[in-house]
Amino acid sequence: MNIKLKIWRQKNRDTEGQFETYEVKNIHSDMSFLEMLDVANEQLIHEGVEPINFDHDCREGICGACSLVINGEPHGPEKKVTTCQTYMRSFEEGETIVVEPFRSHAFPVLRDVMVDRSSFERVIRSGGFISVATGAAPDANAIPISKEIADESMDAAACIGCGACVASCKNSSAMLFVSAKAAHLNLMPQGKAEKSRRVLNMVDTMDSEGFGNCSNTYACEAACPKGISVNFINQLNRDYALAALTNKL
Amino acid sequence: MNLDAKIPEGPLSEKWSSYKRNVKLVAPNNKRKYEIIIVGSGLAGASAAASLGELGYHVKCFCYQDSARRAHSIAAQGGINAAKNYQNDGDSVWRLFYDTIKGGDFRAREANVHRLAEVSTNIIDQCAAQGVPFAREYGGTLANRSFGGAQVSRTFYARGQTGQQLLLGAYQALSRQIGLGSVKMYERTEMLDVVLVDGKAKGIVVRNMVTGEISTHVANAVVLCTGGYGNCWYLSTNAIGCNVTAAWRAHKRGALFANPCYAQIHPTCIPVSGDYQSKLTLMSESLRNDGRVWVPKKAEDAKKDPRDIAEEDRDYYLERKYPSYGNLAPRDISSRSAQEVCDEGRGVGKTGLGVYLDFGDAINRLGRHTIEERYGNLFDMYKEITGELAYEKPMRIFPAIHYTMGGLWVDYELMTTVPGLYAAGEANFSDHGANRLGASALMQGLADGYFVLPYTIGRFLAEEGAARPSGDEDEFKEAAQSVRDYNQKILNIKGKQTVRDIHRRLGQIMWNKCGMSRNKSGLKEAVQEIPQLREEFWSDVHVPGTGEELNQQLEKAGRVADFLELGELICRDALDREESCGGHFRSEHQTEEGEALRHDDQFAYVSAWEYGNGRGPKLHKEDLKYEEVKMVTRSYK
Repeated sequence: MNIKLKIWRQKNRDTEGQFETYEVKNIHSDMSFLEMLDVANEQLIHEGVEPINFDHDCREGICGACSLVINGEPHGPEKKVTTCQTYMRSFEEGETIVVEPFRSHAFPVLRDVMVDRSSFERVIRSGGFISVATGAAPDANAIPISKEIADESMDAAACIGCGACVASCKNSSAMLFVSAKAAHLNLMPQGKAEKSRRVLNMVDTMDSEGFGNCSNTYACEAACPKGISVNFINQLNRDYALAALTNKL
Repeated sequence: MNLDAKIPEGPLSEKWSSYKRNVKLVAPNNKRKYEIIIVGSGLAGASAAASLGELGYHVKCFCYQDSARRAHSIAAQGGINAAKNYQNDGDSVWRLFYDTIKGGDFRAREANVHRLAEVSTNIIDQCAAQGVPFAREYGGTLANRSFGGAQVSRTFYARGQTGQQLLLGAYQALSRQIGLGSVKMYERTEMLDVVLVDGKAKGIVVRNMVTGEISTHVANAVVLCTGGYGNCWYLSTNAIGCNVTAAWRAHKRGALFANPCYAQIHPTCIPVSGDYQSKLTLMSESLRNDGRVWVPKKAEDAKKDPRDIAEEDRDYYLERKYPSYGNLAPRDISSRSAQEVCDEGRGVGKTGLGVYLDFGDAINRLGRHTIEERYGNLFDMYKEITGELAYEKPMRIFPAIHYTMGGLWVDYELMTTVPGLYAAGEANFSDHGANRLGASALMQGLADGYFVLPYTIGRFLAEEGAARPSGDEDEFKEAAQSVRDYNQKILNIKGKQTVRDIHRRLGQIMWNKCGMSRNKSGLKEAVQEIPQLREEFWSDVHVPGTGEELNQQLEKAGRVADFLELGELICRDALDREESCGGHFRSEHQTEEGEALRHDDQFAYVSAWEYGNGRGPKLHKEDLKYEEVKMVTRSYK
């Protein structure tokens, strides 16, 4: 199939970007969206146009590197998949496909459709861990955890940190990401000791990084490639309220 | 060159404890005087950086991804082994050790593997304490499952995302240290050379992948945790960015490269669908528990709809050839058999490179609901990629390059032949021999990072002292300049072919001549063809843009240039090894039944290659001595 690619081009963080349109030929419906971009880039190089830079790595839906807002939706039209798992059979012959970077003040554009998501790193560094030292851990079965709790924790831990939740939110809120990270650890007995500090610090960092507030629209859940539930946001709000009442930062 | 593996004296089971007892330590207040560089942030790199940072060293950790958590360890699905014997089924450190040695076809180093089995139990404790949500029984204890190559249930798992969860555990430990200031993290930064001062590794040269800036970093020791080189074959199950560059540039500076021809091929991947394909996707091996593998008996049926091929016209070749293991034959054997039937023209799918994995019988026997419960997510993934519903039509699978057992040669302390330069995880060669058992890669990465390096690096640092170069020395300037020159040379070629074109062609040579089955004439052709292709690269590649900006094509070009050198070494190593073992099958060396034939009397050695610098690589051998196990033939009939 042949398509038209209307894609965001931007030289670097400090320059203005604009859309460019390219006609891309010989696209096969079995290609993934990123393979289509590979083919488009081969074509552009041969035409003497600078190829499109985009983030990607594992190409099996788990590393969270790939991004892109495709026809207005983070990771494209299919539900619960990443961009690397979006296939060209989801598009029509001759279609104009609009591709943009994830848009958020907290995710500055680096080049073309690549953004800087290091604000997520700083959120994790402020409390997204359990303070355990290597070498002194008790036997793993010394801390029994019910299957239900382990499963729920795993539901939250499945977050791949791609940022689609932020990109889909009209307020650029990172609540789904932060709540999933907090819930993963707060649910487990190992993580309970630091629960209050964790939520206060992570929420504080989230705010200072420039993410907006949550207004319960749930676009994040709809866009999440891993189907992370907004219930974790409720948990985070509850944990935060309790921590704010009982703790001082 | 003297290859001293520095294996401690004493009985196998006491080597590691005696090493730890006797090793020199750095006092806590002195640790902050040392700088350690870790390259890579996967299971080995993140765990090493976190542990060393926690001990009090200053650590700088580098990764090419935008986040440490995106390292390819995240994609491992199945699980991690540990000799916990929670199931009371007879597991022990010795049994895990023995299974790993045997699974590696007796081409791994005994002392390293034993240590791996010993620390395996600590890994689970450490990860559980970090909050890794391992699967649990209703009573709250950890759940286990069994995996290929073992007769006990020792595999711990977190749904089908074990690698992700273990990496997140290590990443979180690393993030904690970054927050505390003991580790400085450099994301989107690629190591392009190692700096040697007086023959010792004292720093690295890196490129900031956003700005293009080339800079040098000084340290008392450098650790490479940079993963495997499966992308030398172009198509593999590795992430697109996986590369050999850091390890290869270290090799060019004097670190020997060991057993490069040992590449594991995984039998259950989704087949290639066309030339444009960028990578292969692994389907869990668990599918072979219920799926039956077959191809048509007649080549002319290969293009037919499989549902129109009568039962008597199907060849269930694994069940036919290996009646006792059938569809569960080990990875190397299943992979090779698939290639054979495709070579006979009986391969299925558009490209003719595929075999069926048929769930028809299982669905008739157990009902579709049971199959959905067991494998639903895998069937969904298959549908996303191929657009086909495997409940109704047999899946198509084909083998693909998965894990590379070769890597930088290291001694018992995980130090390469360059003093002060270490290699851990998939980047080294030491623990898996010629074949890696399932659920043992994660174990090795974390063992090295959490529990081995903190001791062994300490010894080196204690003996060397805290003094280190300033970074203004000529060695640093020269290394940085040579990296700039090298990149500029690539940019100046301005030829006609894309980097991808050439990489794809390298992959074809590697797969056809040094893939699942190798022979002398094919390998001899490959060692002619690869240098020619390298010539083409250096005269006709086209890399747009400049070095002083974000330039993904330039990154890719540098990596492919290294693959073009490594590929030749892989083929030379395969040519030298006149035997079949694990992931290396020389068709001249097989039994009458077509099974791998090892020659222990001649080839029980690690091949460790010295970079030839234009004169051709030089082979050194480390003889493998088995003191506590007997080398036996693996049989799966």
